[in-house]
Amino acid sequence: MHDEMSLKEIQKEWHGSYRAYAIGFIGSLLFTLLSFFLVLSQTLIGAPLVYTLSGLSLTQAILQFVFFLHVGQEPKPKWETVLFAFMILVLLIIVLGTLWIMHDLNDRVMVGM
Amino acid sequence: MLGRLTFEAFLHEPSQNFAVLMMTLSGLAILGWITYLRKWKYLWDEWFTSVDPKRIGIMYIVVALLMFMKGFADALMMRLQQAFASGDVSGILSAGHFQEVFSAHGTTMIFFVGMGVVFGLMNLIVPLQIGARDVAFPFLNTVGFWLFAGAANLTVISLAIGHFSTAGWLAYAPLSGLEYNPGEGVDYWIWMVQIAGVGSTLSGINFLVTILKMRCPGMTFMKMPIFVWSALCSMVLVVFAFPILTATLVMLTMDRYLGMHFFTAGGGGNPMLYINLIWAWGHPEVYILILPAFGIFSEVVPTFSEKRLFGYTSMVWALILIAFLSFIVWLHHFFTMGASPLVNAFFAVMTMLIAIPTGVKIFNWLFTKFRGRVHFTSPMLWFFAFVLNFSVGGMTGILLSSPPVDFQVHNSLFLIAHFHGMVIGGLLFGFFAGFTYWFPKFTGFFLDEQLNRYAFWCWLTGFLLAFMPLYMLGFMGATRRLDHYEAATGWQPLFVIVAIGAVLILIGALIQFFGLFWSIRNRKKLWAGSDPWNGRTLEWAIPSPPPIYNFAIVPTVDQLDPLWAMKRGQLNLFNQPYEDIHLPKNTPIGLMIGFLSMTFGFAMTWHIYWLALLSFLAIIACIVIRCSGKDEHAIIPAAEVKKMEAAYKS
Amino acid sequence: MSDSLTIHHTREPFPDTSVPDPHQDIFSKTTLGFWMYLMTDCLVFATLFVTYAVLRHNTFGGPDSRTLLELPTAFIETLILLTSSLTSGLGLLAAKRSHRTALLGWFALTFVLGASFVAIEMHEFTQFVHAGHSWTRSAFLSSFFTLVGTHGAHVTSGLIWMCIMMGQVFFHGITVANFRRLVLFNMFWHFLDVVWIFIFTYVYLIGVL
Repeated sequence: MHDEMSLKEIQKEWHGSYRAYAIGFIGSLLFTLLSFFLVLSQTLIGAPLVYTLSGLSLTQAILQFVFFLHVGQEPKPKWETVLFAFMILVLLIIVLGTLWIMHDLNDRVMVGM
Repeated sequence: MLGRLTFEAFLHEPSQNFAVLMMTLSGLAILGWITYLRKWKYLWDEWFTSVDPKRIGIMYIVVALLMFMKGFADALMMRLQQAFASGDVSGILSAGHFQEVFSAHGTTMIFFVGMGVVFGLMNLIVPLQIGARDVAFPFLNTVGFWLFAGAANLTVISLAIGHFSTAGWLAYAPLSGLEYNPGEGVDYWIWMVQIAGVGSTLSGINFLVTILKMRCPGMTFMKMPIFVWSALCSMVLVVFAFPILTATLVMLTMDRYLGMHFFTAGGGGNPMLYINLIWAWGHPEVYILILPAFGIFSEVVPTFSEKRLFGYTSMVWALILIAFLSFIVWLHHFFTMGASPLVNAFFAVMTMLIAIPTGVKIFNWLFTKFRGRVHFTSPMLWFFAFVLNFSVGGMTGILLSSPPVDFQVHNSLFLIAHFHGMVIGGLLFGFFAGFTYWFPKFTGFFLDEQLNRYAFWCWLTGFLLAFMPLYMLGFMGATRRLDHYEAATGWQPLFVIVAIGAVLILIGALIQFFGLFWSIRNRKKLWAGSDPWNGRTLEWAIPSPPPIYNFAIVPTVDQLDPLWAMKRGQLNLFNQPYEDIHLPKNTPIGLMIGFLSMTFGFAMTWHIYWLALLSFLAIIACIVIRCSGKDEHAIIPAAEVKKMEAAYKS
Repeated sequence: MSDSLTIHHTREPFPDTSVPDPHQDIFSKTTLGFWMYLMTDCLVFATLFVTYAVLRHNTFGGPDSRTLLELPTAFIETLILLTSSLTSGLGLLAAKRSHRTALLGWFALTFVLGASFVAIEMHEFTQFVHAGHSWTRSAFLSSFFTLVGTHGAHVTSGLIWMCIMMGQVFFHGITVANFRRLVLFNMFWHFLDVVWIFIFTYVYLIGVL
């Protein structure tokens, strides 16, 4: 079968660039180092530390989704972005829902068990 | 060498031996008949290795109907048992066998009949209605089907070799765990559901990409037929809910095979976590089944009312809302299992909300018929039966959505009556309507309408007799899955009525079965042509049965109900020149992957680990081989297409 | 370009109709389909994560995350995987420019890094098991081994996939099909690094607090 899009055309379709990978890599490295540093040096402890780590991990994930996985950069209609957003929605429902339900059930289990 | 498989696995109680014998004989009869007709090469070349969604769709439905026979046999056994087993009479089935029967019944009906029918119709109808020649990933399509068929085969094997699970169709922990059910039954269940689930997920991805990306020019979202909208919503549910099932089954597998403690009663495990996760999948699953049925009625009702669908936009929004809401109601399946009033109340309210868009849909169908010219064909009869039974089932659903009520009737026969109203009254009646409606498109001839009507009345009366008394029995305290009850309960007369209803349904199903062969025999007299119903959508614009390429010229649309527009002279559907058509070549690899998956599941069930490893590696090898080869396509030149079209027209 | 499955942009425009999607070629369809699969994999991991969250304190008398987990291991694994994500991307950039040797070089490096990650993780698991803290000990350990192990299994599958593709590039060069599959692999590999972010944060970092 002859190619419907030539190699050159698909090579142009892929959105990677040195700039994007540099930003993604260095950014992720910095966030990672910061996270480990915060825990090891005990600059923060307890709940503030947990929230900060959560925020850092979330930001790093978004960084990698944007600069490595090119979320949002596909041509219109942006189906990948829509699917990603819906996945996040379902994820939140499942995770938060499960945590709520299981926590609630646990509260109602007798003390000492 | 053979794991824990011994000769004893082949020995069963007399009733089960009888079932195995019947199944083996009918299987051999079919194989013998095909051999006698010398049709193996034809079947292999034209069907088993086909990547044509029209063929794959028919195969899905064939498997689903075969599985229906098995699931319905289970139902009849249960009905017979409960009609007799009162007081001193112990009935025809032992308690253990009864448990296998109701577990097999549910598993078969949901995963193999329900999903089979849904994916069968997706394959047949979606590409045609969006003006496409194929689905997005033809190879993935055949893999998805054969995984489904392989898993279905495992259910058949489980009847003959060893025992099936006794833990119900959802295998609640800790009963399904190693401590309480160490045998092969639950493992059979795990592998057949897991393999079928992977197939469903792959097919879900396939159809979602197809609908998003392969619509013909001019078919924007709000110009798609509602059946395609229902397919879109259903496939979104498949893609986003099945992963939960996959992960949960993996964890149960870890518990059973590696001694882990996810859902065990000891070791820190949490059985309620299983129930929570399995229903987080399980509720979207039932909407996966019902949304396409809604879509079917949105096609059938306007056509047989000679009037366009009332409230198209609200129908679309209703589908989207139902799909979204189906993700946030799952706790209503376990109101009674310990959650606080606040949690129960939240999920109760969410559940009640689903009634609203569902009601909108039912009213829209009824308004479609208002001032239309209604044809009382059998699909329309199925629609009326749907409105009656699904609405009653839906209203009892609203009753159940109230936790205080649910505390009284949870896991009673009231619940069983409710969900059978939805699945039979909704999905099955919808499928029967769609099957009758689209049968002429794929075969070129009608199903005998008189036989359809006899079957319909048997089904409707049978269903009412078989399930309305269950509501009463539920109120009277009868729980589900009972193989025996005390005579003092006074339930037996109702159980006898219910059994009679089941027999009536059997008669209806037999008439349908006979009617199929009768119609094939008389197909010349029942010839239908390309557009027997004055259809509105694109599938009626091409010959019956459709050419392999569906559309010689990709259609262009600019409004809803494009075929009616064309007939009114408002639209020229096929205004492009003929072009070369590329079609993907057939491949046996889908079948091989399905067969190897079945072997894998069987080997894992019986702990024949060398065979499991071999099958797994062979599956990888198949995938590698497939991805190393060149994309094979057959080309039909434009001139040839033109000749083929001319031949169809004459 | 005359494929029946592609929309022809050379047709005359129609009144008030818009082509629903101008990109109906195999590349666009396949990348979308693969992205959908990655979304399902995200939900599989989400289920495993929430299970871990629910069960992580159910130690049943056995060790908890604080006594068991060591940060240096996680730190090294994180750096290795992140770097391999970069090298995989650099490999794709070479493929984009049709530089076959550079491509093979970058992916060889990615493979080595990925294999090192798996080796370190295997070592960590083996140590736990030999010390008596295996997945049969408690719900916490079951969910730890399954969550982290599933990620490791994905990485291992990626390594195998990489080998097969490098073979195909070596023998057939950079073709349309190969490039397409490299793009898919790259998506897969990046996705695994994103999942790892949450593992090192929620299992290791928060686990040792």
